Amino acid sequence: MKAHVLIAGEAQGEVLALTHPISFWGGVNPRTGDIIDARHPERGQNIAGKILALPAMIGSSSAAAVMLELIHAGKAPKALIMPDPDAILLLGVIVAHEMEWPTCPAFALDKDTQRSLHGKTIRIERDGEIKL
Amino acid sequence: MALHFTNEDNAILAGEKGMGAKMALRIVAETARLMGAPRLLPIASAHIDGALYHGDSGTLFAEKLVEGEAKVAVRSTLNVGALDLMGCSKQRLPPHERDMAKRMMRAYEKMGCEPSWTCSPYQAGHRPALGSDVAWGESNAVVFCNSVLGARTNRYGDFLDIACAIAGRAPDYGLHRTENRRARFVIDVSGLSETLRRSDIFYPVLGTWFGLEMTNDIGVVDGLQGFPNEDNLKAFGAASASSGGVGLFHIAGVTPEAPTVEAALQGQKPERVIRVTIDMVLGALKRLSNAASEAIDAIAIGSPHLSLEEMHALLTLLNDRKVSRPFFACTGRHVLRAIESDGTRAKLEALGITIVADTCVVVTPMLPEGGSVLMTNSGKFAHYATGNTGYAVQYGSLKDCVESAVKGHVVRDGGLWQ
Repeated sequence: MKAHVLIAGEAQGEVLALTHPISFWGGVNPRTGDIIDARHPERGQNIAGKILALPAMIGSSSAAAVMLELIHAGKAPKALIMPDPDAILLLGVIVAHEMEWPTCPAFALDKDTQRSLHGKTIRIERDGEIKL
Repeated sequence: MALHFTNEDNAILAGEKGMGAKMALRIVAETARLMGAPRLLPIASAHIDGALYHGDSGTLFAEKLVEGEAKVAVRSTLNVGALDLMGCSKQRLPPHERDMAKRMMRAYEKMGCEPSWTCSPYQAGHRPALGSDVAWGESNAVVFCNSVLGARTNRYGDFLDIACAIAGRAPDYGLHRTENRRARFVIDVSGLSETLRRSDIFYPVLGTWFGLEMTNDIGVVDGLQGFPNEDNLKAFGAASASSGGVGLFHIAGVTPEAPTVEAALQGQKPERVIRVTIDMVLGALKRLSNAASEAIDAIAIGSPHLSLEEMHALLTLLNDRKVSRPFFACTGRHVLRAIESDGTRAKLEALGITIVADTCVVVTPMLPEGGSVLMTNSGKFAHYATGNTGYAVQYGSLKDCVESAVKGHVVRDGGLWQ
């Protein structure tokens, strides 16, 4: 299985595939990585250190700030997976790179494939190759 | 596809205009690469959402730009910050956060951004021309700018907004391109009652439904010709960009790119026509409230920031009665100046209303501690209040909010939703 590389890097960890779109701002606590959106099915789970798969991005354009803060606080996911590149969320990663902070890679993968990986421990190589 | 750089770009990337300009252009260029944009477009203006404190990282980024002598190249207004710099209301930020939030706000001002501090910049005199390319942040401002003004912007997130403002350029993709502004869905609301379509409360509720249904897709609403005013469109867009990721909507006969449904569809067939029923609207209305209690601890309105007309409507509905619960009316300096000079501010404050300028109740800690239920007429507040403040929500019209604030428990006029 191969994902399209959005922001290069490699990662290994457990996949948390969200079942519903999320707004990072108001949806994720930037200091802890907890999902706090009251209406989100995965409320209470934590995204820090996970390979986070997102079916779609919604809501506030402050998602990049939350992403940068998660990186700065050491609470970022190990990698991001999304169906299409999301300029808002990935900006947090691009700016972290400019700030010379440790960043996380990002990959594109359709949401059905995302779901099939939920709960599994995977390794994603620099070229996007996914190994279970 | 390799991005085309001009000679000027190459000079900036070589650091000839300073390290801040270089960093800004690199961020814009990296985003262009990611989104597959073939080139960068000149922009006419920017609205910057990046000056809201979410943590130290954003302050450090802004100060790095200032240190690199970055200045905005185009008119740039600022969205809300975490502090009411006008001193109308109080925020409970701890000393470190207060200091970092203030440093952040000052850093953006140092780069040449206008201290507008509002999420309704389009009602504060920042109205780019139809068809012009701009780089706007703040989801409600983006959707208003695209849909109601017909200027062209993607949903610029924090950091990219200021980067584009400094570079004076934006990646050419998405909603900057005419073909991507086409409606793919027709939303027919003509089956709903005229009374409902004429009411203020209908718009944030329909917007909530629209956002849930469309997610990021573009739809044209039919059946609202002659109904919504600008504040209704503001409320519709804000709600649709909270429940969904809507960046552009069309309303036939109302918004500039939709003189007709066919024009919004750019002559193509819609993928789907959805006839909106009262049950669909009621489903969205129900979703906006999540509080079990009918007792309320606070009321907040003004997301997006209230217009002068909305402030006057609040005063009229209060009708000289005092509120019995903390009541926050959030707005920008542009309206604050107007309500100070016409006496509205003093009258509202005498009735117990707290005016909030430069910020709002869901972006910074200011709702009363220990409270648990917030009443609002804003689809956006309803969406974000619980996650950001811990308050559960009772949703109602402005009139419901005022009556409830006077009585101290939820009072609703349900007649509208028949």
